[in-house]
Amino acid sequence: MAYRVLASVLCGLLFGVGLVISDMVNPARVLAFLDVTGTWDPSLAFVMGGALIPSSIAYAIRRRRTRPAFDTEFHVPANRTIDRPLVAGAVLFGLGWGLVGLCPGPAIASLVTGRWEAILFATAMFVGMFAYRIASSRQTAQLRAH
Amino acid sequence: MSYLNLIWPLSGGLLIGLSAALYLLLNGRIAGVSGLTASAFGWTGVGISPLGLGFLAGIAVGAAVAFAWIRHAELTITSSPVLLMVGGLLVGFGTRLGSGCTSGHGVCGLARLSPRSMVATAIFMVVAAMTVYVVRHVVGGL
Repeated sequence: MAYRVLASVLCGLLFGVGLVISDMVNPARVLAFLDVTGTWDPSLAFVMGGALIPSSIAYAIRRRRTRPAFDTEFHVPANRTIDRPLVAGAVLFGLGWGLVGLCPGPAIASLVTGRWEAILFATAMFVGMFAYRIASSRQTAQLRAH
Repeated sequence: MSYLNLIWPLSGGLLIGLSAALYLLLNGRIAGVSGLTASAFGWTGVGISPLGLGFLAGIAVGAAVAFAWIRHAELTITSSPVLLMVGGLLVGFGTRLGSGCTSGHGVCGLARLSPRSMVATAIFMVVAAMTVYVVRHVVGGL
């Protein structure tokens, strides 16, 4: 378990550094990237493109492995069904992302600036995640009752 | 766009991808920040996850180090308090309902050619771009 936590911290560190040096953490940059009909800033396409190189290689390597280094099995979802929650969730997320320019990774990373805007956004994001938790556990309880 | 302007986004992207790659090959998991955040708080139904907490702490420390020593970036956040709250709620609820965000669906899902992630990524990118279009060019700013 210690190795797994250590690996998580290491991956988080790389992720945090990546978010800042790519400027993905900057809402103004993200909104300029999303503003395709305005003064479009394409630089974040290179963040996505750059990120896909190592991760694609890793997922290709994974196909020839039976287990990861520090765990007994892979925990990668096998679900391939495109359902209503997936679509509705992506729509809501897209709306929120387009309104402010922060997605979950940058929302966490921006907290270290101590800016009140970042704290307010991240707090609201945590509340939204908690609300989903409440809503989904209620639904599960209802399904069990029927 | 000059050659130099590409170095930052490309190297940042490579680091994010390396993080996702290592998280898969070491811990066998998807490096998706929305899921990791929910698991860190114990909101995935299996208690508080030390892996989620570790990852979030890593992001915070990594970001602090990068702000201090690598790229002295100034964040530009122009949204009003109400907009920040509405946006945060939508991002939090939406990413949990849709099982992922830019990292889980975008970086990891596209890399493993998951049909769900391809659909989700296409939807949130298009909706976000449409939102920016409406806010900036139809409403004229919020």
